[in-house]
Amino acid sequence: MAIGSIATRGRAARKSWSQTALGSWLTTTDHKKIGIMYLFTAFIFFLFGGIEASLIRLQLAQPNGKVLSPEQYDQVFTMHGTTMIFLFVMPTMVGFGNYLVPLMVGARDMAFPRLNALGYWLLLFGGAFMYSSFLFGAAPNAGWFSYAPNTEATPSCFSNSVHALTAQQQAQHAAQTALAGGQGCFAPGSNMDFWIIGLNLLGIASILGALNFIVTILRMRAPGMTINRMPLFVWMTLITSFLLVFAMPSLTVASFFLLFDRHLGTHFFQASQGGDPLLWQHLFWSFGHPEVYILILPAFGMISEILPVFSGKPIFGYTFVAWSGVAIGFLSFTVWAHHMFAVGLPVVAQAFFASTTTLIAIPTAVKIFNWVATLYGGKLRFTTPMLFATGFIAMFLIGGLNGAALAVVPFDYQITDTYFVVAHIHYVLFGGSALAIFAGLFYWMPKMSGRQLNETLGKIQFWLMLIGLNLAFFPMHILGILGMPRRQYTYAPNLGWNGLNLLATVGVGFLFVGVLMFIVNFLVTMRQPANAPADPWHAFTLEWATSSPPPKENFETIPVVRGRRPVWDLNHPELADWRSEHH
Amino acid sequence: MRFRSNVRRWIGVAVLGVVTSAILSACGGGKSPSVLAPNGPAALKESNIAWMVFAICVVVFVGVTSVLLYSVVKFRARPGMPEPRQLHGNTKLEIAWTIAPTVVLFIILAVTISTMFALAQPKDPNTITVRVLGHQWWWEFQYNNGAVVTADEMHVPVNTVVHIDLYSDNVIHSFWVPQLTGKTDVIPGHNNTMWLEASKVGQYRGECTEFCGTQHAHMDFVVIAQSASDYQAWLAAQANPAATPATGSVESQGLTVFKQNGCASCHQIDGVTPVGPKIGPNLTHFGSRGLIAGYVLDNTPANLTTWIHDAQQVKPGVDMPAFDGTKGSQGNISSDQLNQLVQYLESLQ
Repeated sequence: MAIGSIATRGRAARKSWSQTALGSWLTTTDHKKIGIMYLFTAFIFFLFGGIEASLIRLQLAQPNGKVLSPEQYDQVFTMHGTTMIFLFVMPTMVGFGNYLVPLMVGARDMAFPRLNALGYWLLLFGGAFMYSSFLFGAAPNAGWFSYAPNTEATPSCFSNSVHALTAQQQAQHAAQTALAGGQGCFAPGSNMDFWIIGLNLLGIASILGALNFIVTILRMRAPGMTINRMPLFVWMTLITSFLLVFAMPSLTVASFFLLFDRHLGTHFFQASQGGDPLLWQHLFWSFGHPEVYILILPAFGMISEILPVFSGKPIFGYTFVAWSGVAIGFLSFTVWAHHMFAVGLPVVAQAFFASTTTLIAIPTAVKIFNWVATLYGGKLRFTTPMLFATGFIAMFLIGGLNGAALAVVPFDYQITDTYFVVAHIHYVLFGGSALAIFAGLFYWMPKMSGRQLNETLGKIQFWLMLIGLNLAFFPMHILGILGMPRRQYTYAPNLGWNGLNLLATVGVGFLFVGVLMFIVNFLVTMRQPANAPADPWHAFTLEWATSSPPPKENFETIPVVRGRRPVWDLNHPELADWRSEHH
Repeated sequence: MRFRSNVRRWIGVAVLGVVTSAILSACGGGKSPSVLAPNGPAALKESNIAWMVFAICVVVFVGVTSVLLYSVVKFRARPGMPEPRQLHGNTKLEIAWTIAPTVVLFIILAVTISTMFALAQPKDPNTITVRVLGHQWWWEFQYNNGAVVTADEMHVPVNTVVHIDLYSDNVIHSFWVPQLTGKTDVIPGHNNTMWLEASKVGQYRGECTEFCGTQHAHMDFVVIAQSASDYQAWLAAQANPAATPATGSVESQGLTVFKQNGCASCHQIDGVTPVGPKIGPNLTHFGSRGLIAGYVLDNTPANLTTWIHDAQQVKPGVDMPAFDGTKGSQGNISSDQLNQLVQYLESLQ
């Protein structure tokens, strides 16, 4: 009797806990809530990464800067790259995917809701674990691609006798050991261990998420939603998911080899013991190059949703846009050594990777032409999401062109590992992915929250960011050509690099203000009543066919789909796609 | 109305960006080790191909953004505008703009590959070989199979192909002299080779371009291209053992300081210290070098004094310990002794 009543009370308490505001989020398996949690968490990490970027630019604003010590600079630039890639862009894309894919294909949830929740919590713990390294003064410090053997150590490096030495004595010890033909303690702290373990937690989360997307997209589509009618964002999420499943294991293998070298005494990457430092680079970049498409393909998808809606016409060449994504996906596994033109590969091998890199530029060019053609002849409404999406085309175009320049091997010998490469990745990842993400946040915010962000603030934010990113990143091309290597904590005043570095820092100031405006906009908007209509933008796809925000089960009845733009067809029966689809 | 002003602003920004960059690059050029200021056949080929790439990129960028900007201006929504034609695509156009970039890209690829093979084979029959070792964080240069060993400065004769054997026994570095040739990584266990040639007498800044630890920023060097006779004279002088200071001179007191403070455990001075591998630079002809400490400081007595007293202040994390008597330093060299040591080292011409 007594036991029974306690049990009942316990059950009642649990139930009410999961119904509280906080509990409903912590215990949820609803793809929409998980999606929002992904987006929110990733945005917090974006702010961390942004603070790190600001510190880098303050340090480099003038020659012989004293804002950071060399050790701090190494930690900050490493965590900036690691954060923006693994903790901002990737989880943001998963967040959008989580929220949108079931709605866009007309499903009630993801295929595996609990697995979905697990993925989110692994991301949060992986990110928090990695950031906890700052509390120990031991944040990862070897760049986001952590080349061995600069990241190497041996179990004996962690013995007390070595640990008792000062950092400088450790360096001497490493140099002497190396001189004697032994394995070096090049990274004796726990910095790299935080990186390896944190990254593998994120890796598990990514693979779980990817498998869930693949099954959801292939198995859970509403009646009539054939593969060829799927929104392009769903297409790109599907391709990205396959890339993740096939690319991630390579990073897992590489990072575990490194962990084994460091703590179990293997020597995969220690040349003096018969290992090979280049093995790390091959393994890392066979993950790393598909990875850059993992970061940009979902952005392509979002842009391909937003441009047509605000042009009032369908995407130009749906089939070409979709299948050029597939082509990019396959080719992305064949280009990895274009990160390694300076490592001394045979010329014929270099020519091979120059050729595959040339090939991957073609489907990318096709996409850009299709986006421009989508605008051409349309009825363009320059809302904030449309401004960001249009800006994306121009900025990603620069990122594509300077990327193609990097594939010109003799030029690459000169500018690889200089600021030119830094310019390239930022045009692709900021001018590309980040602008697309802001386009997406403004576009889908009414659906997610029932509230529309302030358009005026949004437009000011867009112009600040467009100007800021060009001020910050365009001068970096010139810095690279003028001979400035990347990853230097400082530079001498007599090299002609001062003005351009200052300009880049000013640009980051613009970006900083732009992000602050977004936060203000968000906070102000969230205090307004949630009264956004189901379809505030006159959009095309299924997520706009349900209320804003959608009910827990997404749709009262599962819709039946007759074309690629079901909501357009509903609003424009005389111009409906299904009338013209068979030609 | 607002859209029109946005467009104007956008164009304004683009123009402003190009103009500012042009001005900045013009006035920034002076002492920059610029890829576009080549002084050797390899760098010249690389610079030529760079200009070709820039030209193509500008043409494509202007072409695509013109259509984009035209569309933004021409097709913006106006009151009373009907729904646009629901055009789903055009297969002929798609094929055309798949083929167009393919053609352009393959022309670039052809130029790329032919230049790569040309760069792999130097033309000039005059050659020398230099062994280059990357350390954390300075460069060592060995001539004639180690008969001459120096640091921070690489002397080469002009109009001569210099074959370079690259070694590292520590982490990966990358050897780059922008005005002479592109970079090659220095990878433990790989012993990469490369070549460079200077076509004019002069000094060309070189840098490490692979992140190699705390002081990656201060791992620079200089290539000093000399006439053949100057180079031979330099090489002959460098092959001699160190000058022996006169008994009782300040320099000989400095040599005593050198021996008493364990300097020889890391630094070689030919004719003075026992021969064997050392973790610091060879100092046999230290006084002949223009810059020290990984090309960070001018080689002046004042700078050398600062460096020996507390190298960690100049280049934190470097193997060179402090000799200022504080905790963690290797010892305490008094200012008198330091003065003697500096005079001795500077006398090693």
